[in-house]
Amino acid sequence: MNSSRAQSFHFKPLNVGRWLVWGLYAFALIVAPLLWTSSFAQTMLTQIGIGIIACLAYNILLGQGGMLSFGHAVYSGLGSFLAIHTLNLAVSGAWNIPVSLIPLIGGAAGMGVAALLGYVSTKKAGTPFAMITLGLGELVWSMSLMIPEFFGGEGGVSSNRVIGEPFLGFLTFGPQIQVYYLIAAYCFISTAAMFALTRTPLGRMLNAVRDNPERVAFIGYDTQWVRYLAFMISGFFAGVAGGLAALNFEIVTAEVVGAARSGAYLLFTFLGGATFFFGPIIGAVLMVVGLVLLSELTQAWLLYLGLIFLFMVMYAPGGIASLIMMNLRVAAYGKLRQLTGSYLALAGTALTMLVGGGAMIEMLYHMQLNAAMGPEVEFIGVTLNTAGVDAWFGSVMVMLVGLGLFEMSRRQYVREWGDVQAEIEKEIKRREAL
Amino acid sequence: MSSSEFALELLAVKKAFGKSEIIRGAQLQVKAGERVAIIGPNGAGKSTLFNLITGRFGLSSGEIRLHGQRIDGKKPYEINRLGLSRSFQVSNLFTRLSVFENIRCAVLWSLGHRYSFWKFLADLTDANERAEAVLAMIKLDRRRDVPAMNLTYAEARALEIGITIAGGSSVILLDEPTAGMSKSETQRFIQLIREVTVGKTLLTVEHDMGVVFGLADKIAVLVYGEVIAFDVPDAVRADARVQEAYLGSVLAEAH
Repeated sequence: MNSSRAQSFHFKPLNVGRWLVWGLYAFALIVAPLLWTSSFAQTMLTQIGIGIIACLAYNILLGQGGMLSFGHAVYSGLGSFLAIHTLNLAVSGAWNIPVSLIPLIGGAAGMGVAALLGYVSTKKAGTPFAMITLGLGELVWSMSLMIPEFFGGEGGVSSNRVIGEPFLGFLTFGPQIQVYYLIAAYCFISTAAMFALTRTPLGRMLNAVRDNPERVAFIGYDTQWVRYLAFMISGFFAGVAGGLAALNFEIVTAEVVGAARSGAYLLFTFLGGATFFFGPIIGAVLMVVGLVLLSELTQAWLLYLGLIFLFMVMYAPGGIASLIMMNLRVAAYGKLRQLTGSYLALAGTALTMLVGGGAMIEMLYHMQLNAAMGPEVEFIGVTLNTAGVDAWFGSVMVMLVGLGLFEMSRRQYVREWGDVQAEIEKEIKRREAL
Repeated sequence: MSSSEFALELLAVKKAFGKSEIIRGAQLQVKAGERVAIIGPNGAGKSTLFNLITGRFGLSSGEIRLHGQRIDGKKPYEINRLGLSRSFQVSNLFTRLSVFENIRCAVLWSLGHRYSFWKFLADLTDANERAEAVLAMIKLDRRRDVPAMNLTYAEARALEIGITIAGGSSVILLDEPTAGMSKSETQRFIQLIREVTVGKTLLTVEHDMGVVFGLADKIAVLVYGEVIAFDVPDAVRADARVQEAYLGSVLAEAH
């Protein structure tokens, strides 16, 4: 007992597990574009890199500080605009700044705006804070329509990232792959920096403010100042993400400060899992895959996204990260195998339900939006006739059967999960007693 | 810091919520190192008095001094930095953080680590050692990695005290530290409070007369927002006004 206690807080310069995780993370960032080489895949990978920074920055507020912001696109978006204007200055030769440093301009802009607006919003916590961020988001959005000189009006502001002499003789940032590696480097450093933040006095006090702001005041800390500092740091990284996006797309339109973007940060950070540091990384991957791939696949993608969000909030409020961690715990006690049957049953029945429901949604969308193209719609290789009763009846039946079986296997799963947890608790007690 | 023989002084403190006056000119002077129990019937304003001293509420009029320095009108965190710390009647913990993290948070400011984000917690030897020491003092070292929300009631109360004393404040205010505990737990807890507040000025609000006599050098009797008696236990027990106002029967029972 004593020896383990003495070890646990001493700095360990060689923590193998941590080196392994960070090594794998760097490796994944490096190797990803070599595995998915199509230009579409690489566009998505760059966006994932940007999304990871943005969602992690957002989670400094949501997961670590308990601050529900409805307007975080303001900081990434204004970072984008400042970055693209800076890039244009560089293009015109008015300012000689390396392209690779322009994301830092975005970061400075995000931080500056956060310092200004956060001074107002972080005076409050909880619901008032959320309402203020919503209001400020609308304010900036309306400004984007009022000041076309800065926001570029409907067409946005465009630029060109290939300027000056190639850096080190070959880095022009013209090819997508070069931009990807720039973004990957920023992504890795930002992730490491934000992880380091969670290990510092400010990071820990931010958790304390999340858990119990009242008590924080009685141990000598000014809760507003803790929130304000965290808000500015979050604004900085959001701005870096915005600056990278400006470099990547070479065009910035007003929608980057809009409520939809803010909503996406919130939604996917939550889906990924706000309670774990790495949750938003998963969330960012889902964000890009969801927004880009799903919208390619179906017109009703927003509806599916809404359904997924609904189910996650109801059944897994800790997000995917917490699902992973809970199952890793079960696996660590060697009991995951007991649950495999249940998981297969859950997946199978959920898929059945999805097929039935999906068929109906697709037919409905087809009738409302594409009625001119005839009554027939293609759905996972089957042609459905929206005018006939058969297709409707069939999909309703498939969905109901799926739903019934899903509910049955869910109950079975809940029972088994409870048993496994009880066994683990027993095991822990047994080990403690040793 | 101006010198004063009193650690804590309340001078003609008044507090009104709307038209109802809760504290009506409370007067109290506590010397450094004294252990004072504040007693009084329900609704006498004991908790309100604590909230006024710690800056949670503002005064309507009057003065509060800590080591001679005025603290009324200051914010709770400013008062805490001057060396006054309090516990709460209902445990007020950082629920999702571990027991150890709870204590470490409470020592950070007093050791000057402030809002730093350029140092790792793991490298702060002073904070870690101080937190371990407090953990041992409140006898929760075996539970150091348990999230605060999973503690038993008595453990949560001990952590509450631990957070209060961890910062090394010289004046400690405990709001009903033994509320809701069994007889044996209470006995153990009084001993614990004695140990962790050695050399400090202590104010407690208490209902349990056993605790009052077990812990306090002096008793302050608060009735309808006024301190009607403030003296050693025997003198308070003999005080005619106290007996008349509230205490006679209770004190007789306790002895």
